[in-house]
Amino acid sequence: MRECVRALAATAALLSVSMVLAHQEKPPAPKYHKDALVYAELSKAPQKARAKRNPLERDADAVAAGRNLFEQHCQECHGDLAEGGRKGPSLLDEQVQNAEPGAIFWILTNGVVRRGMPVWSKLPEPQRWQLVSYIKSLGVAEPVPSRGSSPKPSSGSSTAPPSGHR
Amino acid sequence: MVRASVTLFLAALLFVSLPGSSLAQESPYIVAYDHYLEEPGNLEIEYFSTFGTQRTSNNFHAFWMEFEYGATAWWTTEFYLDGQSTFGDSTVFTGLRFENRFRVLKREHFINPVLYVEYGNISGADKILKEVEGHDVEKNYADRNAALREEHNHELEFKLLLSGTHKGWNFTENTLAAKNLSKHPWEFGYALGASRPLALKASAKRCSFCRQNLIAGAELYGGLGDPHSFGLDDTSHYVAPVVAWNLPSGWTFRLSAGFGLNDHSHGLLLRWGVSREITGFGSMVKNLLGGNR
Repeated sequence: MRECVRALAATAALLSVSMVLAHQEKPPAPKYHKDALVYAELSKAPQKARAKRNPLERDADAVAAGRNLFEQHCQECHGDLAEGGRKGPSLLDEQVQNAEPGAIFWILTNGVVRRGMPVWSKLPEPQRWQLVSYIKSLGVAEPVPSRGSSPKPSSGSSTAPPSGHR
Repeated sequence: MVRASVTLFLAALLFVSLPGSSLAQESPYIVAYDHYLEEPGNLEIEYFSTFGTQRTSNNFHAFWMEFEYGATAWWTTEFYLDGQSTFGDSTVFTGLRFENRFRVLKREHFINPVLYVEYGNISGADKILKEVEGHDVEKNYADRNAALREEHNHELEFKLLLSGTHKGWNFTENTLAAKNLSKHPWEFGYALGASRPLALKASAKRCSFCRQNLIAGAELYGGLGDPHSFGLDDTSHYVAPVVAWNLPSGWTFRLSAGFGLNDHSHGLLLRWGVSREITGFGSMVKNLLGGNR
C-alpha cells in the first residue's frame, strides 16, 4: 500500500513539474499577438495546398458533420461558437474566413505545433474537409458591440447553425 | 497486495466522475505508437489489462494505469503504474515508468519521427509486456512472484517512432533500444502497426455506433536480442489484431488479441483497455493554483 501511495505522489509531482515547465516555456504574450502569429501561418500554406478545392463543398451533410467534429475536437480551444478561446484564436476572423479552403485544410493537416495547435492529420481527409466546410460556413463575425456579447456569424452563412451548439 | 490492486482499480474508476471530456481520435495500438501526441493541456487516463497464457506455469493477468498529459503540441509526458496477478500465486505491484515523447518536425510529412525516452523502475515480476525487448521469452515469466520480485530493474528505454497517415491508413514503425542501468547489455526490439477507421467521412448525426468511431488494425512486435546476439534467435514475437472504439462521450475502448509466433512466445496475450480524455486539465490545475486570475 505504501508503494502505491508513493507512486501516486510521484505521479502528481511529475505531472505538476511537466505542467509548470510547459507553462513557463514562453513568457505570456498578449492574446491578440499570439492569434496574429497563428493567422500568419495561413499565409505559409504552399500554393499547391491553397489551390486544392474542397471535394465536399457540395455535400449537403458536410457542414453538419463538420459541426459535430468541431464540437468534439476544436471547441475546447476555439470556443463554442468558434469565437476564440483561451488557447485558440477566433475562426470567425476575416483572415480565416477569407482564406482559401485549401489553406485551412493545410493548417488542419500540419497544425501550428510551435504555437500549441496540434496536428490533425489523424482525422481522415474527408473529415478535415468537413471541418473546413463548417468553418467556412460560419462567416466573418460582426464587431462585438459590447462586453459580454458573443460575436455573431455574418448573414451570408445560411448554413451556419450557431444555435445548434450545445 | 490485494489492497494495491484494489487501489489501482479504484483509481481507474475515479476518472468516471471527471468532467470536461471530449472525443479523442485514439489509435487502436496498445504496444506500437504512432506520431500523434496528446493535445496540449489534456490529460488522458487509461487502464489496460493483459491476460497471458503461460505454458510451464500459471496464467497471469497484468494491468497498468497510464496518465498521459499533453505538455505542449510537441511534447507528451506519461506516467505508468504496473501490477499483475498470477493465478494460484499472488497479486503484486510491479513498478512505475515515466515516459516522454517529443515530436521532431513541426509540420506533417510522409514519415514523421517522434523521439521516445522512458525511465522504468520495475521488478522482475512485471508482466504487462507493453514492449518486448532483447531475449524476453515466455520461460522468463514462469517463476513464482516472490522469486521474480527480488529482481529490481532501473531501466532506460529509447525509441524512434516513425509514423505516417495516408488515405486514412496509419502505418507506424517503432525501433526500441533499452538499457538496464546495472551491467546488462543493451536490448533491442521492434513494433509495427497499421490501422484505419472503418469510415473516413463523419456522420452528420452524433452517434456512438457510427463506423468512423471504430478503428481497426494490427500490430506486430517482438525482441531483436542484444549486441552479443542480435537477431531473432531466442526471442519472442507476436501478431495482434487491434480495434478501438472512440465514443463521443470521451471514452475509448481498445481490444487486442496477440498470438505468439514462435515457441518462445506466450500462446495468447489478450489485452483490453479503457481510457478517457480530460480536456483542459492543465488550465483547471492552473486555475486551482491561481494562475489565471
